[in-house]
Amino acid sequence: MSLWKRTLKLGLLGGLIAVYIALTGMPLSLSRRAVIGEFTLGHLTYLIVFAAFGYLRAAQMRKEKQASAPAILAHAAVTGLLSGLLLALLVLLGQRVDLGFIFISAKPQLYRLLTFQQANLTTGLVYLVAAGTVLGLLFALPHFLPKTFHKAVLSAVAITLVLGVFSELVQRTILKYALGSFFAYQGLKPMGALWLFVITFALSWVYFALRPYIQVQDKRSQQVLGNQPSPETRLLFTLALLAFLLVMPIVILQKDTYLLSVINLVGLYIIMGLGLNIVVGFAGLLDLGYVAFFAIGAYTVALLTSRGELGRGWDFWAALPLAILFALTAGVLLGIPVLRMRGDYLAIVTLGFGEIIRILANSDWLKPWMGGALGVLEIPKPTLFGYTLKEEYQLYYLILAGILITWLVAHRLYHSRLGRAWQAMREDEDVAEGTGIHLVTTKLLAFGFGAAFSGLSGAIFATKVGSVYPYSFNLLISINVLCLIIVGGMGSLPGVVVGAFALVGLPELLREFSEYRMLFYGVALIAMMLLRPEGFIPKKPTIYPRLLVRGASPVRAEGSKSKQ
Amino acid sequence: MAMLELHNVHAYYGHIHALKGISLTVEKGEIVTLIGANGAGKTSTLRVITMLLPPTEGQVRFEGEDLTQYPTHVIVRKGIAMVPEGRGIFARLTVMENLEMGAYTRTDKKAIEEDLERVFTLFPRLKERRRQLAGTLSGGEQQMLAIGRALMARPRLLLMDEPSMGLAPILVESIFETIQQINRQGTTILLVEQNAHMALQIAHRGYVLRTGEIVLQGTAQELQANEMVQKTYLGMA
Repeated sequence: MSLWKRTLKLGLLGGLIAVYIALTGMPLSLSRRAVIGEFTLGHLTYLIVFAAFGYLRAAQMRKEKQASAPAILAHAAVTGLLSGLLLALLVLLGQRVDLGFIFISAKPQLYRLLTFQQANLTTGLVYLVAAGTVLGLLFALPHFLPKTFHKAVLSAVAITLVLGVFSELVQRTILKYALGSFFAYQGLKPMGALWLFVITFALSWVYFALRPYIQVQDKRSQQVLGNQPSPETRLLFTLALLAFLLVMPIVILQKDTYLLSVINLVGLYIIMGLGLNIVVGFAGLLDLGYVAFFAIGAYTVALLTSRGELGRGWDFWAALPLAILFALTAGVLLGIPVLRMRGDYLAIVTLGFGEIIRILANSDWLKPWMGGALGVLEIPKPTLFGYTLKEEYQLYYLILAGILITWLVAHRLYHSRLGRAWQAMREDEDVAEGTGIHLVTTKLLAFGFGAAFSGLSGAIFATKVGSVYPYSFNLLISINVLCLIIVGGMGSLPGVVVGAFALVGLPELLREFSEYRMLFYGVALIAMMLLRPEGFIPKKPTIYPRLLVRGASPVRAEGSKSKQ
Repeated sequence: MAMLELHNVHAYYGHIHALKGISLTVEKGEIVTLIGANGAGKTSTLRVITMLLPPTEGQVRFEGEDLTQYPTHVIVRKGIAMVPEGRGIFARLTVMENLEMGAYTRTDKKAIEEDLERVFTLFPRLKERRRQLAGTLSGGEQQMLAIGRALMARPRLLLMDEPSMGLAPILVESIFETIQQINRQGTTILLVEQNAHMALQIAHRGYVLRTGEIVLQGTAQELQANEMVQKTYLGMA
């Protein structure tokens, strides 16, 4: 009986989550984005819960090996049914009582959506509960397939849904020549979805079936090379990646303005993330006012290059170094008063500094020089060898260059003496000082480098957007950058890129979603802390034999040890 | 002239008078121990010597030089290294990186490599674990690492704060043996310990601190024989 008890528990939990999602209003506000035919992202938000809980229940029972296959299917179906029932109860309750009082999203439209727009309420409710049951059952089925099929089914479902949701990713890129016919104006055509599922299933199956063989080879090379790819592999990989990044906007993205503007925004966040990563990830100084340096970089370029009344009409390339320099100076200057502060105190003070900069820019007092709330307009685009970088795909290269430079600088810094000093300071300030680290300069250099990166990002932002306003530099940017570092993995450079795409890119592609951005961040952060507290791509400990006795590389030494 | 000399040192944490006129000397080649209960001022004395807690009054001289004129990060260059209380290792750095941090101020690559070999001979476990994150080491290994890191500065005077804290008795013994070994290799040691029993066994001389003052001093034998020490710190009836 305890089996049924757990099914009940899980089903009700799923129901509660579905009810919660419904009451946040997500099903309604996302119902305008078609995924497959009439099936919208709104439906997906709660139907996926039924599927997930059916899948989970089956996974639990398979693992415990207590029940027969039909029993497992029954339990999974009941889990889905219970979840559906709870959501149906919400609809019923909503018919009697006006929940809109407390939950503003609990509107008749929501109930109509949940009951699949059926005129007859009972029919709709039956459909809803049936959907839960069927999905719960359906997603228990993969557990009875061989492992490769199981994985292939799941990834095919995921890929199909993701491409359905982000149909722009196909329709606006080179993929449209291959897959365009599967798609309607928005989302997938039902038949297209089916085909896409079949194709992705076949491809994933091949991938999962072949993977063991590929991995065996990997393992062998790992033994020879001692866990690290050989320098040749690395170089080849780097060159391939660079080539990809260079041709991507033109070949793959077809110079699409919308997608490239999203990527460029992500790129600006990557530069900022790389900078804040120095301050927070390397040196362990929690800085919440990071947007201030972004603002300083942006305003410097704006005021120096603008063709308007406030500007001086400089060239972008002349203003850029100054923007970086000003940001760096501001970083160091802010660092001085907070030298003795640690942890939360530091966070609060830097938070204040970020706000001060924004409020100053917004103030009437500085209006004659900085434009106040009206901002600075007419910022020209940069020119390079006679070309004006005005299209998004041209600016892409400017941002890419910025990322590559900051990446290289951050990478070199991390492995330098200074980088080591930052990390030691992050671990224990007193002890670090005891080993001879000059805390003042070490801290100020962290603030300075971080701020300089942010200034660079801000400078590019100003010329990309063409105008700057104080409200572009609110606290949210600092929070965004901090979150993307945490999600990506503190101190990890690839983590910054992943974090930026996940936390800035995704919500940007799903504009209707922006209302729920904070909810998404919260969920993402909690999930990360529970599942991968080190972040998506945790910083690996650096292993290198720099000081070991020459001639005896640790790789060889270890290899010989294992033979003994 | 004594290697380290504290004369009438006073120090405060805010309004709390932590050290009330401490005077002590450490001669070259000695192991000197400071014993006393919690809050007696043992750690504060070490913090004064490394200038983490600058004294408000009194003199701190090392090899004849007044240390009070230097900030903390310069002290290590003068030849004083510290094994901090609670080990204070850099948890998210590898063992190797921790050791390298010990030699942070040094530029003589060859000598650093020699010292690294010396540390690895002293603590073979650290060599096995050199690629591991220091935070994943066991307590005893972390203590070895903290000592190893301090040795990487090639100090003439080694300050040790409660090296036995939180270790299993068998480990305590081996750590104390190592301390003696380091001392025989020519490093002077100022050892702060609550475990007076062990400390007096390896020390040449000792001081007993109580509420920021030195109440007793003498050779290790004298202190071991002292009735008050026996009663209060050695737990003999």
